[in-house]
Amino acid sequence: MMEKIYALMDILLPFEWAQYTFMKNALLGILLVSPLFGMLGTMVVNNKMAFFSDALGHSALTGIAIGVLLGFKQPLWSMMAFSLLLTLGIVKVKNAKTASMDTIIGVFSAMAVALGIVILSYRGGFSKYTVYLIGDLLSITPTDLGLLTLAFIGVLLFWMLGFNQLFLVSLNPSLAKSRGLSLAVWEYLFTLLVAVIVTLSIQWVGTLIISSLLILPAAASRNIAHNTKQYVGFSIGLAFVAGLSGLLLSYFIESASGATIVLVLGIFFCITYMLKIKSTQEGA
Amino acid sequence: MEKPTCGHCFTQIRNMSVKKGKNSILKNINWDIHCGELVAVIGVNGAGKSTLLKALLGEVPYQGEIAFQNTNKIGMHPPIMGYVPQKLEFDLSSPVSVLDIFAATQSKRPVWLGVSRKMREQIKESLRRVEAEYLMDRRIGVLSGGELQRVLLALALEPMPNILLLDEPVAGMDANGLKLFYETVSHIREKYDLAIVLVSHDLELVAHYADQMIVIHQGQLIAKGKPKEVFKKPKVEAIFKQSFSKAGGAKG
Repeated sequence: MMEKIYALMDILLPFEWAQYTFMKNALLGILLVSPLFGMLGTMVVNNKMAFFSDALGHSALTGIAIGVLLGFKQPLWSMMAFSLLLTLGIVKVKNAKTASMDTIIGVFSAMAVALGIVILSYRGGFSKYTVYLIGDLLSITPTDLGLLTLAFIGVLLFWMLGFNQLFLVSLNPSLAKSRGLSLAVWEYLFTLLVAVIVTLSIQWVGTLIISSLLILPAAASRNIAHNTKQYVGFSIGLAFVAGLSGLLLSYFIESASGATIVLVLGIFFCITYMLKIKSTQEGA
Repeated sequence: MEKPTCGHCFTQIRNMSVKKGKNSILKNINWDIHCGELVAVIGVNGAGKSTLLKALLGEVPYQGEIAFQNTNKIGMHPPIMGYVPQKLEFDLSSPVSVLDIFAATQSKRPVWLGVSRKMREQIKESLRRVEAEYLMDRRIGVLSGGELQRVLLALALEPMPNILLLDEPVAGMDANGLKLFYETVSHIREKYDLAIVLVSHDLELVAHYADQMIVIHQGQLIAKGKPKEVFKKPKVEAIFKQSFSKAGGAKG
């Protein structure tokens, strides 16, 4: 299966950089991850969950630490379990409405990061784990690509069947409720989905910038979109273009791919922001 | 689909109570809402009006019963509620068009894949009811207060509800927008078989448009009937003394 895909890529991409298998894998990874993040990001921004996704990214450190303590070779599953638990905790405390959302997330996030660092740095071994901070897109394997494909299908299905409901809940809770939607169910479904996708992608993107990858395409798209179709479409498109150009740029200037992609996205945001200001001035 | 007001179907509310912690916010509300009526719910701030509305919408848990009785069906079922919120709070920069909101409530097709031509026509028809079809492709962030309320009204009528709940829908609207909104509401009441429940602070407005009203005070329903009669009750008069003199002054 992979051989066939590689052969096809050799025909389609007769470039020097595309000869390497790690670049082919990274490219396939980008093809899967960028539309995924572009899609999810639109709802993350709608629901003002930027800080939440940041906390998720940071908390992955604790997940890794727990995996190390338990002697797992692959910390993905302990990371996944921890971030799902954390998500449930945050949503539960948030719905109790005893403190404001950003305070709650701040507390959870700080504790999770601190716990992770304490465990991982025990006896001075933290440097082994710095790869998780910035991620390594070039180390993506065919097995990882398989997992990402599954995630991609999962999100796409959710976006086909549950988008309208999610859209209404994020637009106005009372309106959604009067339409018979359960706010709690949709909130849990969506936050857990974000947690799964963020955790899956953390090894490639890194805990420090993963939330930017989620937020920036949607935020940039928001500057220029006039309706939901454009919003989601532009977001996917921008994520894709930035992913591709960021990967290539990082190859040529030998920088971390994840961070390079985020920088390109940041530039996209600035450009669209200026376009928005210009169009408001013209409109006024 | 469109039928004249029958006046026989009604929604029955029995012993409705809402508690928050140890505090009773609503105590034993008994109330029948008949189709074709425009009932105003009035009361001072904190009387429990909003809680009553939220209980009707199922947003807060309550004790007691709400059931809808149709003319030709013996069985009772929960009424279909249409809701026009006081103010739809959203980010002004939201890339959401009027069409998006309608499509999300009425279409199975996810909005991000666009709206079918047939659905577009149907939505245009809904908006025509409130004279707002020209707003269909606008972003909700650029609508005026009055325009947004009419759009929300059209949305609440899809599907046609048994009870249309209006939560102080005129807050922040100019005089023209207000008049247009209530003319539209009156028109809808004449044309469709539904009851309208209006929560309002504006007693003058209530006196003008409502044909029934209830007064909520300290979580209890203390008076119901025609506005003119209710306003005359000493208990009610005492509560609204200040507002009354204001309304009277405005009238001349």
